[in-house]
Amino acid sequence: MYLLEVKALSKYFGGVRAVEDVSFNTQSRTIFSIIGPNGAGKTTLFNCLTGFLKPTKGNIIFSDKDISGSSPDKISRMGISRTFQNIRLFKEMTVIENVMVAQHSKIRCGLLSAIIRSPSFKQEELTIKEKSFEYLELLGLENYKDNIAGSLPYGIQRKLEIARALATEASLVLLDEPTAGMNPQETEEMMTTIKNLRDLGKTVILIEHDMRVVMGISERIIVLDHGVKIAEGSPEEIKNNPMVIEAYLGKETH
Amino acid sequence: MKKLLEKTRKYLMPLIIALWFSFLLLPFKGIKASAFLFIVLSLAIPAMQLLSNFIKKIHLPQIDFNRYIPQDKRYLPLLLIPLAAVPFLAEDYIIDVAIMSGIYIILALGLNVVIGFTGLLNLGFVAFYAIGAYSYALINTNLGLGFWSAMPISVLLTTISGFLLAIPAMRLKGDYLAIVTLGFGEIVRLIFNNWDSFTKGPNGISGIDPPFLFILPIDSLPDFYYLVLLLVIISVFIMTRVKASKIGRAWIAIREDEIASSAVGINKTLHKLYSFAFGAFWAGLAGCLFAAKMRFVSPESFTFMESVLVLCMVILGGLGSIRGVIFGAIILVFLPEALREVQMYRMLALGAGLVLLMIFRPQGLFRGESVSTRS
Ligand SMILES: Nc1ncnc2c1ncn2[C@@H]1O[C@H](COP(=O)(O)OP(=O)(O)O)[C@@H](O)[C@H]1O
Ligand SMILES: [Mg+2]
Repeated sequence: MYLLEVKALSKYFGGVRAVEDVSFNTQSRTIFSIIGPNGAGKTTLFNCLTGFLKPTKGNIIFSDKDISGSSPDKISRMGISRTFQNIRLFKEMTVIENVMVAQHSKIRCGLLSAIIRSPSFKQEELTIKEKSFEYLELLGLENYKDNIAGSLPYGIQRKLEIARALATEASLVLLDEPTAGMNPQETEEMMTTIKNLRDLGKTVILIEHDMRVVMGISERIIVLDHGVKIAEGSPEEIKNNPMVIEAYLGKETH
Repeated sequence: MKKLLEKTRKYLMPLIIALWFSFLLLPFKGIKASAFLFIVLSLAIPAMQLLSNFIKKIHLPQIDFNRYIPQDKRYLPLLLIPLAAVPFLAEDYIIDVAIMSGIYIILALGLNVVIGFTGLLNLGFVAFYAIGAYSYALINTNLGLGFWSAMPISVLLTTISGFLLAIPAMRLKGDYLAIVTLGFGEIVRLIFNNWDSFTKGPNGISGIDPPFLFILPIDSLPDFYYLVLLLVIISVFIMTRVKASKIGRAWIAIREDEIASSAVGINKTLHKLYSFAFGAFWAGLAGCLFAAKMRFVSPESFTFMESVLVLCMVILGGLGSIRGVIFGAIILVFLPEALREVQMYRMLALGAGLVLLMIFRPQGLFRGESVSTRS
C-alpha cells in the first residue's frame, strides 16, 4: 500500500522531454529523495505532482485517487504541499500570518461570522493562531513571529516556507532543495528537521543536491538524468550503482 | 574607447532629442518657436537627468505615518465627538465637502479590496459607482421605491455586475486586466449616455427622492452628513473585520504570490471573484448615496477621470491600508476645494503631488502594517 504512485509520467515542453516515462512509489512515513544533475527534470516532476503543470502522459495516484491534472489548490487540500526552489513567501505578511494563511481550508466560519465576530469565529481564529505558533516552534522560528517575512535572512525564509507547507496539514510534503544556500550548520539543522517530520508521521519527498543529506536521511532514492529515471534503491545501492556514479556522482567528485 | 562613446552619447543625446522635437515643430510654428523649443529642451533634459541622479543618491527619509497615530483602538470612539460636531461648527459648504469625502471613502474602500488587498488593477471601477447610482435613480423614479428598499436592490445589482465582469476578466493579468476593466468602465458610461429611452441619455435623471427617516426626509446637509457618517463607520467596521478573516488573508496572499497562494490550498479564481464582487458592493452603496444626495445623476459624473481619482486615493494612502485609504479620500476631496482659488492649476498641483509621492514614498503614506492588526 503506497501513499503516492507515479505511473509512466511524462512532461514535454515542445521538443524538450523534461520528464520521460518516470514511475515510482512512495511508502507512507518515509523520506524519499529525488537526485540528479541540474536540468534533470526534478522540479518539473514536482510541478506535475502538485498540479502546477499538466503531465503530457501518465498518472499520479495519491491515497488511491487519481490526481493527474487536478488544480494546485485542490491537490493541496487533498494533502500534498510543497516548497519552492526559489522561495515563494508572502513577503509583506508577518511570519505567523504566512503560516496562518496556509490553514485557509481548515477554517469553517464564513464572512458573516467574521463580521459579527461570533464566538465560534473567535475560537477558530485562536486555534489557528496557536497551531501556527506550534509550527513555528517546530522549525525554531518562534522568535521571528511578528517579523515581516520578506525582511528575514535566507535560511530563515527557507524554514518558514517549510512551516507554511506543514500548516496545510498535508500528509505528503515535497521539499525542493531545502538546504540550497545554507551553511554546514544550518544544513545539519535542516537534516534533523526533516527527520522530525517523518517521526511526526509525514511523508517527505526531497529534491537535494547535498549528498551527505541525501545519503544520511533517505530511505529510498531515485535518480533522474535528462528526464529519465536511471536508478532506484536504498542509499547504499545508489552509492554503488555504476550508472549513477557516471551520470551524477562522478561529475561531482572528480 | 567604449567610455568615450558612452560619454558622447550622454552629452549628445539631449541635444539630438531637442533638435528632433524642434524639427517637428518647425512646419507648425516657424523658426523662432523651434529655436526656442530647442533651447528649452537642451537645457531641461540634462537638468532632469541631474535631478533624478540627485534623488537617487540622497538617502530619502522613510517616514512612518503610522507612528503618529495612536495604535490603541480603544480611543477610536473618541473620534466620534469631533465628527459628530462638524455640522454645528462648520458652514454648509464644508459639510457638503465632508459628505462627498464620506461617499468617496466608501468608494475608495471598495476599490482598495480589489487593488489594495488582492492586487488586481481595476481601471474601470467607476462603472460600479455608476451602476449603483443609476440603479437607485431608476428604481426610485420608475417604481417609486424609497431609499431603504431601493438601496439594497441596487447594491445587490452592483455586486452581481461585479461578478459578471470578474468572470471573463479572471483569466487576465496585469496590463490586460487593466485594459479590460478600463473598457468596461467606458462601456457602462456609454450605455447610460446613449440609452435615451431608459436613462434619459446625457440629460440624466432628475427628481430622485432623498432617503426618509420614517416620514422625515433626510435632505438637509447636516442630516445627510450623519447618514453618510453612519454608513462610513459601518463600512470601515466591516472592512476591518473582513480583512482580518480567512477571506482577507487569502486576498492578500494572492496579491503577494499567486502561485504560493494556490500551493497552500487557496482557490484563487474564486477569491478573485469574491474580491471583485465585494469591492463592487461598496461602490454600489457609494453610488446610491451619491444619487440620493445629488437627487440627480448623469453620465458626466462617471468618467474615466473619476476612476483615476479613486485610484489616486487608494495609492496615496497606501495600497491595502484602510486608514490610509480614508486619509487619501479626505485629502483628495478637500485639497481641490481648498485650491479652488487657483482653479486652473489645481489638477496640475495634484499631479505634481502624486509624482512627488511616487518619488519619496512609493508605497503610499500608510502601507506596512501587519495583516491581522492592520486597519
Ligand atoms: N516551464 C518550462 N518551459 C519550458 N521548459 C522548461 C520549463 N520548466 C522546465 N523546463 C526545462 O525542463 C528541463 C528540466 O528542468 P527542471 O525540472 O527545472 O530541472 P531540475 O529541477 O532537475 O534542475 C530543463 O531543460 C528546463 O529547461
Ligand atoms: Mg530544480
